[in-house]
Amino acid sequence: MSGTGPILELRNVSMHFGGIRAVENVSFQVEPGEVVGIIGPNGSGKTTLINCITGFLKPTRGKVLFHGRDITGMPAHKVAQLGITRTFQIMRPYHSLPAYKNLVVPLCSPRARRTGGWRGGGRHGDRDTVALDILEELGFERDSRVPYQAAGTLPTGYLKRLELGRCLALNPEVLICDEVFSGLSASEIASLVPLIRRINEQGLTILMIEHRLRELFQVARRVVALSYGEKITEGPPEEVTAHPKVREAYLGSEEEGC
Amino acid sequence: MDIVIYGFIQSVALLLMAFGFSLVYGVSRLPNFAHGALYVLTGFVAWAFVNRAGWPYPLAVVGALAVAGLAGLLLYQFVLKRIRGMEMSEVIASYAIGLAILEGLRWWGFRGGTHALPTVSDGVAFLFDVPVDHQRLLVVGVGAALLVGIWAYTRFSKAGLALRAIAQDERAAMMLGIDSDRTGMLAVALGSALAGLAAVVIFPLGSIVIEEGYKVLIYALAVCVVGGLGSWVGTVLASFLLGFAQYVTVAYGKPHYQMVVMLLAIVVTLVVRPSGLFGRQKSLEERV
Amino acid sequence: MNAQPQRRKERIDRGIKARAETIYALSSLEELAYLLGPRLLFIVGFLALPLILAPWPYWHRVALSVCVLGLVSVSFDFLANQVGLVSLGGAFFFGVGGYTAALLNTAWGLPPVLAIGLATVVGAGICAVLIAPCLPLRGIYFAIVTLMYPLLMTRIIEAADILGGTEGFRGITGFSSVWTEAYGLILGLLVGVFGLRRYLAEDAGLVIRAVKENDQSVRASGISVAGVRFKALYLAGLLGCFAGAYYVHMYRSVGISAFALDLSILPIAATVIGGGGTLVGPVIGSLILVPLSEVLRDFGSLRIVVYSLVLAGFVVFRSEGILVFATRKYQQFERWVEV
Repeated sequence: MSGTGPILELRNVSMHFGGIRAVENVSFQVEPGEVVGIIGPNGSGKTTLINCITGFLKPTRGKVLFHGRDITGMPAHKVAQLGITRTFQIMRPYHSLPAYKNLVVPLCSPRARRTGGWRGGGRHGDRDTVALDILEELGFERDSRVPYQAAGTLPTGYLKRLELGRCLALNPEVLICDEVFSGLSASEIASLVPLIRRINEQGLTILMIEHRLRELFQVARRVVALSYGEKITEGPPEEVTAHPKVREAYLGSEEEGC
Repeated sequence: MDIVIYGFIQSVALLLMAFGFSLVYGVSRLPNFAHGALYVLTGFVAWAFVNRAGWPYPLAVVGALAVAGLAGLLLYQFVLKRIRGMEMSEVIASYAIGLAILEGLRWWGFRGGTHALPTVSDGVAFLFDVPVDHQRLLVVGVGAALLVGIWAYTRFSKAGLALRAIAQDERAAMMLGIDSDRTGMLAVALGSALAGLAAVVIFPLGSIVIEEGYKVLIYALAVCVVGGLGSWVGTVLASFLLGFAQYVTVAYGKPHYQMVVMLLAIVVTLVVRPSGLFGRQKSLEERV
Repeated sequence: MNAQPQRRKERIDRGIKARAETIYALSSLEELAYLLGPRLLFIVGFLALPLILAPWPYWHRVALSVCVLGLVSVSFDFLANQVGLVSLGGAFFFGVGGYTAALLNTAWGLPPVLAIGLATVVGAGICAVLIAPCLPLRGIYFAIVTLMYPLLMTRIIEAADILGGTEGFRGITGFSSVWTEAYGLILGLLVGVFGLRRYLAEDAGLVIRAVKENDQSVRASGISVAGVRFKALYLAGLLGCFAGAYYVHMYRSVGISAFALDLSILPIAATVIGGGGTLVGPVIGSLILVPLSEVLRDFGSLRIVVYSLVLAGFVVFRSEGILVFATRKYQQFERWVEV
């Protein structure tokens, strides 16, 4: 582990499905402690890119490096073991389990056992307590019934937080959020933004895929723009949004909807 | 030359046994595990029509096929329709029904050994100096006719086109006004009749026994799994692959190994390449 | 408009569950008895069974068959409803356990207790390793492949004439007394069922349930799904192999019938009838099916027809099974309320 290099690096990553080039030759670096946004219109390969990083897909070409170590094509659970976790765009809770038990599952993983889970809490208390602690931090009222309710009965806002909680329980180094803001109301997003900032301040590197640019720009200081699987540009939000290709591919059509 | 000709015949026989199963799964994603039972049922019904009711043979065959189709229709209406889409329930329910039919026939007194269907003719033809009896030629003929028939049916008739549309994309087909329920019923009925067709041409080569029902189900599964569940081209090619493999094991090994070959083919295919040799990409998603 | 006063049935949970499913708030002995009563009834009932049936050796034997089938059914239920792997090859576990015990007993001369114990542990390992390559498969694919395993064993034993060929092994040591025989099996069943229930309530069991609900999330949580499934497969194998090994020592012989289809389909029927996902339900299902099939024994294959039709009926009408139904009734008050 080197303290100076990028924590995550993509080198010419391509993912083809038959003849379809979902991701083509994408390279970028993420420095430790950064919040990086990935934007792009629907179908521009954002989620596929995440799948390539987290081991859910093996890239056709190219390399993914974590702390300079090659993790290309490593099975998903091993990648998570190393400390790269992700949320799913379509939320995937364990419906029949109570919300807090959803977090006990990652707390049972070897990584959480080794590191004690989120901020090492699992070293002392039992897993149920740690899970409740994490949920409380994410805005689940501890003394209400909510954390004990079956996850399948929770509203979207809570499910998004539950997804985040599942990642945090692993005590990760890199958190990848796949559209955490989508499907939420403006006020719900407003309460999530400071939460994500706080998580970042506690030392996590965050990679965010987003459609909601205004909210994304409140947390991300650097943005990578994709279109048709290729990287158009990267840089600070103002520069990226000003880029003519980005306006053409994305903002031009999206602005009217906002 | 023996191998080529008899391997070919064996392959066509396999194709006949498997085609009904493949059709039903391809069209409606319904795994009809009662397939083997319907096969044996048709054999016994044809036998009963000839020997008990005294019908002339061609009429008995047509009657038996109609019974098979009807059985498939009832199977769909009263069993499969209610649990459509719950794949495991479909497997277990149709398997249980098949088991009930087979063991019911056994209890009824069809113990096998003494029941046989007459052959069309006892003559023997010579192909490249290899003797082949007429019944086996009929198997090949019916197999060829079936392929051509199905090809024409799914290409030129309206119902056939609907079947193909559903096979390709059920939701899109439903939006275009094709009734998935009715096609499902049609597919199961047709598939059962095809199991029956296989029975009436293949059974005259031996006697009708209950155990054939289990065997045919496994053969059909083997062919469909190796070819890729739901792929019709795969079904045809896989029946040739397995047919020749079977014939070679019988000719050069012990006949006991015939079944081992089929079972191993299923296990190995599913482990190595679950989508089969010619399965669509889609079935790959079945793997995690 | 309907002229009659509208009424509907209101269901109220008895209030002994606090917050989560597994946390109870008990305030009196009565409530404690209410909670433990059914469990005690089940345990005491099974322990008393050999005593009650002592005068009728035939039914005594049937009771033991209930336990054997019960174990195989619990193994099916665990795999299908807790792990999400529907295996149609229950007979494979049974047969492997049976043959391993027979080999250990006849070739090495191990006494029954050791042979059964070792066959359970080793046999489950063999089963898990052999089935492991199929673990990435799902749904119908896993069902088909597991259906083939016991058939393949039968055919290979027949064709290659190994492991005693079609004859199998005879002259296996029996148990020293009827009572050891009965209580060893019953204890095995109780330990199996309640041990598995306990395990599922622990955190390790939670992971198993999570895999069934959403394997992608489990992978994203840094846990190997294949590893979890393998462990579960081994646990299910323990039950099935124990049943097979015990059965072989009860009847002092083993043959290819140990891989028979009966043993794959009956457990499914028992599970569906008794109530899937409960682990106790399958035992109740066996308690109904085995005596029923004994009564029908004179009618030959008709008994298979009967239980296949019952199975199909339960599946088609999407019945929840006896135990699930009974539990719901037991834990809820019902009353009519005016709307």
